[in-house]
Amino acid sequence: MSAKQLSVFIENRQGRLGEVLNVLKNNDVNILSLSLADTTEYGLLRLIVNKPEIGKEKLAEQGFSTMLTAVLVIEIQHEAGSLQTLLEILSKRDINIEYMYGLSTNANRAFVVLKTSDLNKASDVLAEYGIKCLTSEDVCAL
Amino acid sequence: MIWSKEETLSRAEIEEIQLSRLKETVNRVYKLVPAYREKMDKAGVKPEDIVTLKDLAKLPFVTKQDMRDNYPFGLFAVSKDKLLRIHASSGTTGKPTVVGYTQADMDTWTECVSRIACMGGATEKDVAQICFGYGMFTGALGLHYGLERVGAAIIPSSTGNSEKQIMYMQDFGTTLLVATPSYALRLAEVAKEMGIDPARDLKIKIGLVGSELLTDAMRAEMHKVWGDDMLVTSNYGMSELMGPGVSGECEYLCGMHINEDFFIPEIIDPVTGEVLPEGEEGELVITCIKKEALPLIRYRTKDITKLTYEKCKCGRTFCRMANLTGRSDDMLKIRGVNVFPSQIEEVILSFNELGPHYEIIVEREGYSDKLTVRVELAHVTDSFRELEDISRKVRNKLRIILGLDAKVLLESPNTLQRFEGKAKRIKDLRSK
Repeated sequence: MSAKQLSVFIENRQGRLGEVLNVLKNNDVNILSLSLADTTEYGLLRLIVNKPEIGKEKLAEQGFSTMLTAVLVIEIQHEAGSLQTLLEILSKRDINIEYMYGLSTNANRAFVVLKTSDLNKASDVLAEYGIKCLTSEDVCAL
Repeated sequence: MIWSKEETLSRAEIEEIQLSRLKETVNRVYKLVPAYREKMDKAGVKPEDIVTLKDLAKLPFVTKQDMRDNYPFGLFAVSKDKLLRIHASSGTTGKPTVVGYTQADMDTWTECVSRIACMGGATEKDVAQICFGYGMFTGALGLHYGLERVGAAIIPSSTGNSEKQIMYMQDFGTTLLVATPSYALRLAEVAKEMGIDPARDLKIKIGLVGSELLTDAMRAEMHKVWGDDMLVTSNYGMSELMGPGVSGECEYLCGMHINEDFFIPEIIDPVTGEVLPEGEEGELVITCIKKEALPLIRYRTKDITKLTYEKCKCGRTFCRMANLTGRSDDMLKIRGVNVFPSQIEEVILSFNELGPHYEIIVEREGYSDKLTVRVELAHVTDSFRELEDISRKVRNKLRIILGLDAKVLLESPNTLQRFEGKAKRIKDLRSK
């Protein structure tokens, strides 16, 4: 089970990130979590939003390169060591992590967004351990 | 099909025509154009010194600067009342260069373009859409008259309003497209945005492209979007010489046949001015031998190419010039290395991950030149590794081809400027 991440390619030019956020704001797309990875020339903005399809459509209309990527959103214990335990499970089964970032809704709950080599396998492995991955609907309901 | 029997004359017959027309032209300009007389006197050469075709090399060159110095009509060999048409080039620096045509010149022009259109596969059955800018630029009207003579139905749609261009193609059943290679690619892009597949949904099977150089990679790109069965030929000309119609490719795509009964080509070393032997690459110099209004002699085109006199499989005997590798004034000297923009284009077009549009920026950083190439991603990706991979591969290939390190900037699809006429893809910021 996976959730949809909104990915946006942005050139490293002044104001470019602001333009993306402006499009999202004007269409009432709320950001639950984000990660920005960049080089000196360009960046990839990865977003977990409440309305990924609308976000993609509106950004594309404004000329942005954008796509929806399947990612795993997993709830973990909000305490030291819980992330390490999760990664160990995946590592033992030869699943590589391409990138990862956190998602936190309030002081008591913590989530991690994961992109792995084989998403289905990762999701199955986690299920074996009783760890559930959230869908986009689940994420919106948080 | 071959349009005129002149195109298949023997070498001896061609040379006989050339020599008699050359003598006549040199006599005329010496008598009628003071600027020529002055130039020839200064070089110590008289019309009677032209005895064989080899004597052409004795004559002084004419450059764009000569045309500017004699603006507007100083190099004309007829009075204004004999003129039927005046065109001018887009003078990006200073005054434009002005050219004129008499009735005979218009006929010559039409004849030359008809031959080229015919070489490119045009027949009276074609519906030809001319997407060159109509106006002072010679490209559109030159092709217009030539294709009309061939008997094609002309759609003079000019440039711009690309959606409407696609609509005409669809509704009028256009079979032949006249455009610059970059505008042809742009039109395909627009068609796709409108949900139309140019290769499948349109009837265009012939592309006559010109006014910009067509590299092999660009031709491959044209086939990719317009279909493998499209015959894409490039043709060559410039307003100073006449407009389009100086030379064009036949279906064998092995160089552009020069209309040698109207133009004598030479290849020179652009630095020393020395005439180079057949097959060597250098600057193309053209002498117009059958023009009344503006018979330029040994005009330096600044275009880099080479010639071959081998007979072509199509049966034409006229010599062929290779597709241009660049312009001697487009050549960039970056950190002491000669770079032609076409080399960079070739690298970019070899990557499926990139679109065909690009921009070259040369800057000065301290005492060193810095080359930056902006390219467009063909597809969206979410993977950093993929992006870094593309960037590194392009950079490596540029280093191998150019012998220079370049910075590669990846951009979103559709962010770089599109051009309807000649593409301006080079920004040399070093002099500023």
